Parts: sequence; C-alpha cells; structure tokens
Amino acid sequence: MADVTMRVWRGDDKGGTFTEYVMPSVEGEVVLDVIHRIQAGPAPDLACRWNCKAGKCGSCSAEINGLPKLMCMTRMDVLPEGEPVVVAPMRTFPIVRDLVTDVSFNYTMARQVPPLKPREPEADGTYRMQQIDIERGQEFRKCIECFMCQDVCHVIRDHEDNKATYAGPRLFIRFMELESHPLDTDDRRELLRQRMGLGMCNITKCCTEVCPEHIKITDNAIIPLKERVVDASYDPVAWLGRKILKRTKRSALDAALDAPGQYAPTRQERPTHAGADHDHS
Amino acid sequence: MPGDTSHEPESHDYDVVVIGAGGAGLRAAIEARELGQRTALVCKSLLGKAHTVMAEGGAAAAMGNVWPEDNWKVHFRDTMRGGKMLNNWRMAQLHALEAPDRIYELERWGALFDRTKDGRILQRDFGGHRYARLAHVGDRTGLELIRTLQQRAIALDIDVFMECKILRLLKGPDGSVTTAVGYWRPSGEIVSFTGKAFVLATGSIGKSWLYTSNSWESTGDGHAMAAWAGADMIDMECVQFHPTGMVWPLSVRGILVTEGVRGDGGVLRNSEGRRFMFDYIPPMFAAETADTEEEGDRWYEDHINNRRPPELLPRDEVARSINSEVKAGRGTPHGGVYLDIATRRSAEEIRRRLPSMYHQFMELAGVDITSQPMEVGPTCHYMMGGVRVDAETEQTTVPGLFAAGEVAGGMHGANRLGGNSLSDLLVFGRRAGLAAAEFAQGRDATIGADPTEIAAVVAEAEAPLGRDSGESPYDLHHDLQQMMQELVGIIRTESELIRALDELDALSERARKLSVSGGRAYNPGWNLATDIPAMLTTSRLVAKGALERRESRGGHTREDYPLPDPEFGKVNLVQRIDVEGCYSLEPEPLLEMPAELKELFEEEPH
Repeated sequence: MADVTMRVWRGDDKGGTFTEYVMPSVEGEVVLDVIHRIQAGPAPDLACRWNCKAGKCGSCSAEINGLPKLMCMTRMDVLPEGEPVVVAPMRTFPIVRDLVTDVSFNYTMARQVPPLKPREPEADGTYRMQQIDIERGQEFRKCIECFMCQDVCHVIRDHEDNKATYAGPRLFIRFMELESHPLDTDDRRELLRQRMGLGMCNITKCCTEVCPEHIKITDNAIIPLKERVVDASYDPVAWLGRKILKRTKRSALDAALDAPGQYAPTRQERPTHAGADHDHS
Repeated sequence: MPGDTSHEPESHDYDVVVIGAGGAGLRAAIEARELGQRTALVCKSLLGKAHTVMAEGGAAAAMGNVWPEDNWKVHFRDTMRGGKMLNNWRMAQLHALEAPDRIYELERWGALFDRTKDGRILQRDFGGHRYARLAHVGDRTGLELIRTLQQRAIALDIDVFMECKILRLLKGPDGSVTTAVGYWRPSGEIVSFTGKAFVLATGSIGKSWLYTSNSWESTGDGHAMAAWAGADMIDMECVQFHPTGMVWPLSVRGILVTEGVRGDGGVLRNSEGRRFMFDYIPPMFAAETADTEEEGDRWYEDHINNRRPPELLPRDEVARSINSEVKAGRGTPHGGVYLDIATRRSAEEIRRRLPSMYHQFMELAGVDITSQPMEVGPTCHYMMGGVRVDAETEQTTVPGLFAAGEVAGGMHGANRLGGNSLSDLLVFGRRAGLAAAEFAQGRDATIGADPTEIAAVVAEAEAPLGRDSGESPYDLHHDLQQMMQELVGIIRTESELIRALDELDALSERARKLSVSGGRAYNPGWNLATDIPAMLTTSRLVAKGALERRESRGGHTREDYPLPDPEFGKVNLVQRIDVEGCYSLEPEPLLEMPAELKELFEEEPH
C-alpha cells in the first residue's frame, strides 16, 4: 500500500520545525487517525489535543495545508494525493507544544461577557418563548469553541497587542446570542464598542468561512451587532428616547462602572500550566 | 513563602475541590460556589470539551409539557424498569422528582431548548420512556447543557484548573480525603489541591474497550481513585453496549448509529448477505416478532396487522446476535456486520429521514449510506456501575468524598434509559455540590497531606519517564482494549472472564515496566502511561463483578446464564480494595423500597 508523508510541526515556545513522518496509507482515515498512529509509533510524545473525534467538541483544531481545520473532520482522501500533508498548530495562539496552543485568551475574554440577565418568569415560574424567536440564538449556540474563527481573524492573527481589547468572532456571536435572547434584559452595546473592539472587525468573513458548524458569524452576528452599537451611539432618536424614557435595559457599561474591576480587560484566566503566575497563597 | 518553595510541589487550597468538568462536575461546582464555598474545578481537558458534549437525544424530565399525563411517578417507574430493578430506588425517585427543576434552571441561565407551539420546552420520545419527556436542542443537547453550565460557572467566577490530571486522593489521620495530587498536562509539573470536601465527577471507563463511543478521557480515573481510597464500588459489571456502533472506517469507529436507522427500515446482514436476525428470535419475543422477511417488511407500513421485524428486538438481543455471527466467522472484514438501509429505501428518503446520519458518514468517512451498507458492531457506551453513594448527599463511603454522574453507581441499576444521563448529571451534580459544601462548612480547616505520600504518588507517575527501555504505553493500552473487547465485552462467559483476570495480571505486570520517551511537558505518551493504572483497576472490577453475577440482567449478559435470576435481582455486588491492594466482593441486599412506591409496580405488571 502507498505511503503518506505527514509534515508535522514539532516544537515549543522557544521554537520548532517541521518533522516528516512517512506512514503507511490506510483507507478511510482522517488526519487525526494518522496523528494517532504517529503517536503510537515513531513519535509517542507528539502533542495534540482531541476529545470526541466526531466534530462535536472542537478540541483538535490545527492548520492543515495552511487552512484551519478540525483534524477529526478532515479526511485524508480529500487532500492532494502524493503530496505531503502539512499539519501546523493554530498560529494566532502561543505555542505550548507541537500542535497544542495556549488558547486561554478565549477563556479570558469569555469571562468578560456579562451573562444572561433574564426577565421575570411567568406566573407559574417558567418562561414562554416561541421557536422562531430562539432560532437565531440557537444558531450561535451550535458553536463548539474550536477557536478557528479566532485563529483566522486578521485583527489578532498578526497583532498580538490587539488581544487585550478585542473579543473576536467567537465572542461576538456570544454577544449576539445574548442580545437576541428573548429573556435578556441587559444591554451590552457600550461594552462592545468601548472594550470589546467590535469596531476593529472589518468584515472580511474569514471567520465565517472556517466555521465547522457553518454559523454565519459575519452576517448574522457581527454586522447586526455593529448596527446595534451604531444605533446606540449615534441614533439621535434612540438617544432622545434614552433621555426621556425610563430605560428598561441597564447597560453592561453602567454595571462595569459600578463595580470596577469586574469587567477589567486585563483579568487573567487561571493559568493552565506551571510557569505562569500561580497563586501560592 | 517565596524562596524556599522551589522544590515543593505547587499547592492550592480550597473548601470544595471538584474533579471533572463535564455536566456533573460543573453543576456541583456551581452549587458549592453559590453556597459561598471557595471552589476549584479541576479537569483533564479544556473547559467545555468533556464527554457531555456528545449527548444528543436530550435530558429526561417529567415536565408534562407534551403529555400532561406525565409525572415523576411514571418517570420513576420507567427508570426502575429500565434498570431491571437493580437501581437505588431513592436515587431514581429523587432524579424523577427534581429533573424538571434542573431543566428550568438551565433556562434561567441561558439555555435555549426547542419549543412547543405554546412556547414551552418541547419534549421528545425515547426508548423506555412512556411519554415524550426529553428536553432537547436538535441533536446537540449535551453541548447546550455543558455550555450553559460553563457560562454559569464563569459568571460565578469559579476557579478552573484546565488540563490538570489528578492521580490520587490522599487521606488524613481521621480517614477523610484531604488532598488530591496530580500534574499539569501542559508543563508536566506536579500540583496538589487541599480541600475540606472533594467531589468526583470524572465520567466513564469506556477507554478500556477497543470499540467505544467514549473519548480518551474516559479512563475511569474517578472510579479507580475512589476504589484506591477504600470506597465501596457497586455493580461494576453493569456496562452498557450499544449494538450498532461503527467499526469501520477508522475515522468513524465508535460513532453510534441510531436505532432510528433500523426503525426506518435498515436491516442487519452477515458477510453472506443473510438477514440473520431471523435466526435469533428468542422464545420470549416470538409472539410479537415477524418470522418472515415479508411480514417484517410489511410492518413498517402496517403496525397493526404485522409483527415487528427482529432487527427491532431489544438492544441486548441484537447485540448478542451480532456477536454470534462474528464469532461464527460470518462478520465483515473488520469484525462487525452490515447495516443496510441503502437497498431498502430510496436515496431521497434516507436523506430526508436521517439527515445528520447521512451527512456525518458522508463527511467523515466517505460512506454514502444511500448506496452502501455500514459496518457496525457492539460498542462500549455507558457505565452504570460505580462508586456507591448515599442517595441524598452523593457521599461515598469515604468521609469527605462525594461522587456524581457516570462515576457514581446506583441511579441506573443494570441498564440506563436514554435521556436519563443528562438529567442525572444535573440532579446529582447539584446534590453533590450542596452536600460537599455543607460538609466543608462543618470542617475547621484543610489538612495538608503527608509529603512522603505525595512523593510516593509522584514517583510512581514519573517512573516511566525515567526508564530508558521498556514497553510503550500505546501497545499496552491496545492490548488491554483488545482483551476487554474479546473477553469482557457485551456477551460474557465464565471461562473467558477467568481468562480476562489472568490477562489483567499479566498486563499489570507489564504496566510496571512502561517506558516513555520525551519530556514531561504535554507528552501524550506519558499522560497515557499515567491513565493506565486506573484502566487496569476498573477493568478488573468489571471482570470480577461480571464473573460473580451469574445471570443476565440489563447491560450485563452472560452466555452461560442467559436469564435473569431473581436471587441476583435482590443484590448489589459491592467491591472494595483494601490498603494492601487486595480486592474483595460481597453481594449486599438492595435498599428496601417503601410500600407506596412498590405499589407503582403492582398496578401494571411488567
């Protein structure tokens, strides 16, 4: 049987290089299967993340022949025959080891999203929502947090310093999910504008193209969010309305100002490994 | 203490330490945090990746939104019957009583369940449930559940320690658990957690079988750590196998093919093309099962005048038949049988009725189920047995140690109904968090573990890194999986179980000489080597329980004892490991069900 050449990036935060593994070609495999055979054979310490191996958990994201893909969902037989398969870690995140990157940025930003603030329930203590009113939110909740949308986003892919003030596509759909949630009473528009860097996105739709769940990130989340934020900031009627009418939605920014530190962009996710600043208390 | 800590392992101190961040662990941590406890959530993977995401069908809760006739008593009865009455009745009762509240609570935290026409949470039918009762979101209910809990945990500012593997629980002088020792996977550095109460929520043990729907994480860490700490384990033989998991291609091995494929006309064939299920109709089901292909085929259109085709016999019957065909040499090249819907239904109809199946196999495996058969076989799916817990508090028999979710035993008896696992996580995750918080509040301070004990755990874990020559953990793991699949799989028999225990002795011996190359930092070879002790322990507990339970009940099927035995139906098999590492097993009577609940089963005999 023919062989397949896997060119896999090996290294750590100090640097690395591509290493070639020539493996027997086995019918019916996905890239992750071949990575697993490399681990069970020539490179037992080859680091990669994976969990479900069924496209549901979003752990095994990598750049395969230069494109962000889930390794478990990329069949070997759709890749160009006779050419090496290049497998590299996601570039936007710091390297931990080999194909594993430090994705804690995404978890740090997720901590800054004000959660659902539900309205009062019906008299029986439960809620009524129509299917049609939740379908947009359900689209965003299909997200498996593979972080490939974050990986391809120009704003942070080549601009590390933007990460401090930029939520990225994954969290923009989270914001839009909350904004469109029939039960929500919060208003996160000022937070989005001032702290989450929504304006930095220039809607190139790279995120939408790589989404394995086919979520229309740009069209259904980012563009509507931008419109809402613009409405909130510049619409004179809305501005007047806010001045005159008692507001039913209290903005997240108000809350942030009331509780300094709660939404501070510098908050760190708990370190995922030693070497970061651990709490030795 | 900076300066003098360079050689001391990193340590963290909390009131409640939750190990595992699937549905049960998250729910437990949320509860403990809400009660004001300093709570740590420790997990082997990234947050939100746990096996809970794989659950598709839904969460069973008798909310009565579709069938107002439904109530907790019916759900309780369904659960007990499904579990062949081996369940802890009080757990099954609490589960049925509290599941609706746990679902509504998720909604307040942001979950978006599919709706009924009048705007309530929609509920779907599932095997074994008398009424449509599964709250769901399409076929990704597990993802919705874990994401909702994850976001709630974040909102409560719970400290999450991701990619951190716990190796052992250590006990203090009073016999209670005081410390969990483990390591960070990214760095390989040792870390320990001291706490006043510990909650195990580590999920399943399925990675000890070759064909499994479980992820790499399901290595039975919590089952083994509890057993090593001296906790009682119950009914470890009760493992659920799904009859039709994919065995080929590799890209989809272990992925389950829903019963709906057979319900919609799919049939099982052997390598000779024969619809072999007609050869395996047991007398007990003969009256209600078609005995010709013609009658079976007519049933799909006319349920009244025809009997069901034998492909729709209960799971254990189907699995047993597949097993027999493969053992008789009539299996596929990859050790399964063919599940054929392509020759039975039009391509258009298959795509319409089974859209996600069609897309999943097309995309992942290049298998077009409208034109070719699938290769399927029994696949390890769910662990009913586990750590024995008190129904109200999920406290194990070890003070300070609680367990919830798949790691805990009792709730599902000998067989779990679909939909009852997600609700189990919520109900008992919350109860475990609550009881752990109360236990912690009753304790003055945490007690650090004896450093020599920590050092011993560390030395054992590190040993494979220091050996220049030795066996690869991948080879050992593969041999374990192959052995468990063959000898402790869906159909068991005495001679094979005895052989399995011998093989486990040999594998344990080999495990002492593992060697891994590379360093400590994110080294999957080393990580696997540290998972193997737990896999060997849980495999042994399963094999011992399976040997002792000389009957067939629910997920446990003995070829040499094919029928349920009423005497075994009255007992849990309780196993313990003593401080010397010796295993013991005793049958203990089931908890007595109160008269008013017994009546529920007398109304309608099963």
